[in-house]
Amino acid sequence: MGQTLFDKVWQQHVVKQNDDGSVLLYIDRHLVHEVTSPQAFEGLRLTGRKPWKASAAVATPDHNVPTTDRAMGITDAVSRAQVEALDANCAEFGITEFGMNDVRQGVVHVMGPEQGLILPGMTVVCGDSHTSTHGAFGSIAMGIGTSEVEHVLATQCLIQKKPKVMRISVNGALPAGITGKDVALFIIGKIGTAGGTGFALEFAGEAIRSLSMEGRMSLCNMAIEAGARCGMVAVDDVTLAYVKGRPYSPKAEDWEKAEAMWRELYSDADAEFDAELAYETSEIVPQVSWGTSPEMVLPVTASVPDLATAKDEVQREGWQRALQYMGLEANTPIVDITIDKVFIGSCTNGRIEDFRAAATIVKGKKVAANVKLALAVPGSGLVKQQAEAEGLDVIFREAGFEWREPGCSMCLAMNADRLEPGERCASTSNRNFEGRQGMGGRTHLVSPAMAAAAGIAGHFVDIRDWS
Amino acid sequence: MQAFTHLNALVAPMDRANVDTDAIIPKQFLKSIKRTGYGPFLFDEWRYEDRGEPEMDCTHRPKRADFVLNQPRYQGAQILLARENFGCGSSREHAPWAILDYGFSCVIAPSFADIFYNNCFKNGILPIVLDDAIVDQLFKECAAVEGYRLDIGLQTQSVTTPSGHSFGFEIEAFRKHCLINGLDDIGLTLQEADSIKSYEANRQQSAPWLF
Repeated sequence: MGQTLFDKVWQQHVVKQNDDGSVLLYIDRHLVHEVTSPQAFEGLRLTGRKPWKASAAVATPDHNVPTTDRAMGITDAVSRAQVEALDANCAEFGITEFGMNDVRQGVVHVMGPEQGLILPGMTVVCGDSHTSTHGAFGSIAMGIGTSEVEHVLATQCLIQKKPKVMRISVNGALPAGITGKDVALFIIGKIGTAGGTGFALEFAGEAIRSLSMEGRMSLCNMAIEAGARCGMVAVDDVTLAYVKGRPYSPKAEDWEKAEAMWRELYSDADAEFDAELAYETSEIVPQVSWGTSPEMVLPVTASVPDLATAKDEVQREGWQRALQYMGLEANTPIVDITIDKVFIGSCTNGRIEDFRAAATIVKGKKVAANVKLALAVPGSGLVKQQAEAEGLDVIFREAGFEWREPGCSMCLAMNADRLEPGERCASTSNRNFEGRQGMGGRTHLVSPAMAAAAGIAGHFVDIRDWS
Repeated sequence: MQAFTHLNALVAPMDRANVDTDAIIPKQFLKSIKRTGYGPFLFDEWRYEDRGEPEMDCTHRPKRADFVLNQPRYQGAQILLARENFGCGSSREHAPWAILDYGFSCVIAPSFADIFYNNCFKNGILPIVLDDAIVDQLFKECAAVEGYRLDIGLQTQSVTTPSGHSFGFEIEAFRKHCLINGLDDIGLTLQEADSIKSYEANRQQSAPWLF
């Protein structure tokens, strides 16, 4: 019987099979940021342990960094202490760090692939749930907690139980206006935020193959929002073209050898999956989340749901609470929802392609009068540099957007970028939980083009009708 | 890590599905570089009327009277009864740290998000998965009886109600072993140092670019 993509990569990383069915799994790449690592480094110090392989870890501060002028440093003393702790820990333990003023600094999940630190067939971990992003490269990429960050630093391994594998095929060509983000939200709307629990997801089918690496990263990034351990896409020419020539990717003879190995990273035709789902692209319309969980999502053509249509009491109560929190009335058309702020950025949609898509929409237009703030926050210093070389910063500024320094920013509002209570935001980020973008803030998850269009119109619009 | 063997304690019900880690511990508290001190900020936005900030004194903050953990009958609870997909969202271990620091050492739910579930074991918290119908029944009993307690036996893998009904639960053998003995699994993994080195030597041959 053939093997799945997941099985191939998993098998290559088993150090030891334990009697209880778990394995000791080797980890190739460990991305580190300031929020989930200080207690892990402290653990190493307290036990007198050293990193097993310091070169496997690469760090950058992203959650806490200001997106405004950095010449003044970080004004929030608590945030500053955390970023300084990362600097000190990396220096002490010999870990490469792209610090706050390095052009390579950025959201850890944008920085990693951009540097060629993420390669096909790797096992990748980070103390951050959106590590699933890197499955776009045919790698097994998982978010872990701080105790496991310490475990990986000390042993280069994790104790893992093999998850089940689910293939989700999206068949048909992707229609104009539908992005990896829409596909992700569409799938989460179908299977729910616990639909992938206990599974590794493989995304397959014509629509997935046609996505750029940026689109695949947006999709895999959101696999965690479906509850999955990780999301993956098989390696193809698109993957290899992206990886080739990046600072940390293999060169010359190593490249030849690597490419031959990586070309095997797909699910065999006769591989068996624990579960299979299939969708047609003709079903997918630009998506907008309306509630406080990523599964509370609808086509832009729909209306906010009526409680009477909930499938059970638990869902009805969840919807009721969400409607109240979001300040929405049942049956309101999505396109009638007006917004106060726009956020374009994050590990989901903070890559160059995302800014190009948004810039196309806002070019020559102005942000609507009811929109108080429109933020464009590049995912990394290099994304920012590239966008500026293409003149995108000028387009955003002329449209009334603020063009910022790279970081996680208003995706989770750990820095100064946040929603005030009651404010409503069209956001390209990944979570619409209560308080996620600021206490009392109301988040609607959308693609970059949809966020940009909402900023110009002042309310949600169907991007397929944009002119 | 503190060992978990047996617990007989008061139960607090958290009757909503998909409780996420942003709700369990909001982001502003993630700026701390410590493992402790998160208890006063557990469920901060649901628990207090005002906006919480790291290191503030919570003693006199205005509390939301309708929030379950603010009700006198649930003070001192060590078991949290929850609904499906508890702990979804981010990987922040600050969520189990806050739960533990508040005083809970056991969470019962029909299902948990993977990373949260895993993080619990690293901190001496026992997450127990029981069938939906059983959890439903426990919610009803908990609401009906003030001072409702459950008896949790990890060795026996059982949850026993005051009326003597007992429900079994599943747990991986290795996790159970670590929890009962309060073991640090880094130490255990380092006993495999030779296996790791030998794996690396092989891998270096087949994929030299990784080294």
